[in-house]
Amino acid sequence: MYGNAYIDPNQQHSILEGEDMEKLAAFEARIAQGDKIEPHDWMPKEYRKQLIRMIEQHAHSEIIGSLPEGTWITRAPGFRRKLALMAKVQDEVGHAQLLYAAAETLGKRRESMINDLISGKSKYSNVFNYPAPTWADSAVIAWLIDAGAIINQVTNSKGSYGPYCRALDRICAEESFHLKYGHDNVVFLATGTKVQRQMVQEALTRWWPPIMHFFGPPDKSSVHGEILMRWKVKMASNDDMRQQFMNMYVPKIWDLGLQIPDPNLRKNEQTGKWEYTEPDWNEFKRVINGDGPCNAERLAVRRTAEERHRWVRRAILGQGVEYVTPLA
Amino acid sequence: MEYTEKHVLALKELLYKMADDQLILGHRNSEWTGLGPILEEDIAFSSMAQDKIGQAQALYEILHELGEGEPDTVAFMRNAEQFHCCHLVEIPIGEYDFSLLRHFLFDRAEQIRFDMLAQSSFEPLAQVARKFRGEIKYHVMHADVWVKQLGKGGAESHGRMQDTLNSCFPMALGIFEPGPYEAELIEAGIFPGELALRNKWIEAIRPVIESAGLRLPDQFDDTSAYGGRYGSHTEYLQPLLDEMTEVFRIDPAAEW
Repeated sequence: MYGNAYIDPNQQHSILEGEDMEKLAAFEARIAQGDKIEPHDWMPKEYRKQLIRMIEQHAHSEIIGSLPEGTWITRAPGFRRKLALMAKVQDEVGHAQLLYAAAETLGKRRESMINDLISGKSKYSNVFNYPAPTWADSAVIAWLIDAGAIINQVTNSKGSYGPYCRALDRICAEESFHLKYGHDNVVFLATGTKVQRQMVQEALTRWWPPIMHFFGPPDKSSVHGEILMRWKVKMASNDDMRQQFMNMYVPKIWDLGLQIPDPNLRKNEQTGKWEYTEPDWNEFKRVINGDGPCNAERLAVRRTAEERHRWVRRAILGQGVEYVTPLA
Repeated sequence: MEYTEKHVLALKELLYKMADDQLILGHRNSEWTGLGPILEEDIAFSSMAQDKIGQAQALYEILHELGEGEPDTVAFMRNAEQFHCCHLVEIPIGEYDFSLLRHFLFDRAEQIRFDMLAQSSFEPLAQVARKFRGEIKYHVMHADVWVKQLGKGGAESHGRMQDTLNSCFPMALGIFEPGPYEAELIEAGIFPGELALRNKWIEAIRPVIESAGLRLPDQFDDTSAYGGRYGSHTEYLQPLLDEMTEVFRIDPAAEW
């Protein structure tokens, strides 16, 4: 599961500075005709930089995202849910492994990415900085956050960088099971006892603003953004993905008799677009910059895991094991 | 031979302790999700945890067919003193060396247990044991590789592994605490008994321990970790159960 890459619209310098224009034209022509770019192909510096950032953020999101749900593995009610949730969260960690490998093909090592995560230099999806205080929160995450992630990832899987697209294809196949698990879980709660119904309604109310934040703020048009679209690094606007999400899931949420905490939410039949109250984008920025309810806790858990086990990595790397960059 | 009432009691006791071991260790192993020393180990411990929880469920299912409660009820509604697991599986995950050595010592015993049970006179158990053998094989391979790597992974790693083995080993002997019906299990051809299992286990782990450059402690008759098979547990089991059943107990009659 994952949120959107955050592209700074205010970047000042030209991202094409110093590039070989002839090679750039050939590169853009390949992308325009639908070719995939592979690790050893020529690519502009900014393309490499953006992809490393995107794939790395995505990988971090998977590993950090395993924490809020992971705490419910030990509390899952009954064998069926316990086994399913274990398998689901294991998939998420597997996605991190796959994505770090995809990012490594661009020249940054996993260890260095993880160091940037725990030092706070790299970002991850904002949504994982919110708490999951009840079992129903874990159900809402598994259904709706994974649903958002699928929309985002299916879109990005049509991008131009081969290793990332292939990783996303596999990830999406697994995420579709998570979505079924999450939906089934929410259905049981929403059609269950009074206590269960209340629990799931409260979880949805808590998670609605982070879900609206999930695809990122409305894109401002910028030269930078246009180039990334042309290079098929960015594949759709944040608003388009948000609309697609609402189109697919708002009716399903309503069908279950759940209330979405936004009195202005409705589909405009003339435009075919959903109208809604803009979520608090100042809060979004605050949380991205480290001041959310769980940022410190999430990073502390990850940092402790890294530090406590440094001896294990030293022990296995000390045995003449040579590091090899994955090819694809 | 026809099972007597006592044979059935013996069989249930065996099934309960096996299922409880698997459930509790599976639960513990799942606690590594998101926290492992490398991502690959998060994933490996989660796989093993899923196998163990699945095995527990299958064993509770056999118990259910023998007249005991539903697997969910049996797993999620008992208190600590009603559990028959050994102390080793109850201990919190601690550092990676502890979790790894527990996995090594326990899973090798399970592998031999399943080998023995594959010949059991109680066919439903023999059947699942044959299935579990296919899963436990990989757990044992995983443990052996890591024990060897870390045993030979330099002074710090070697030192940790030896210290932890020394403290873990007496606890592992609690796996083989004889139950109240050993004679009946042997007589009915259900299971050859805990002492036979323990002796084979020592033979099996010794060469791996030695090839990891480690030394096997030699107090094979240490009974300090006995008690689990009779409902006497460490202080860690009840809090684990409280956590595991927290949601289920909100409304045990509800469908989750």
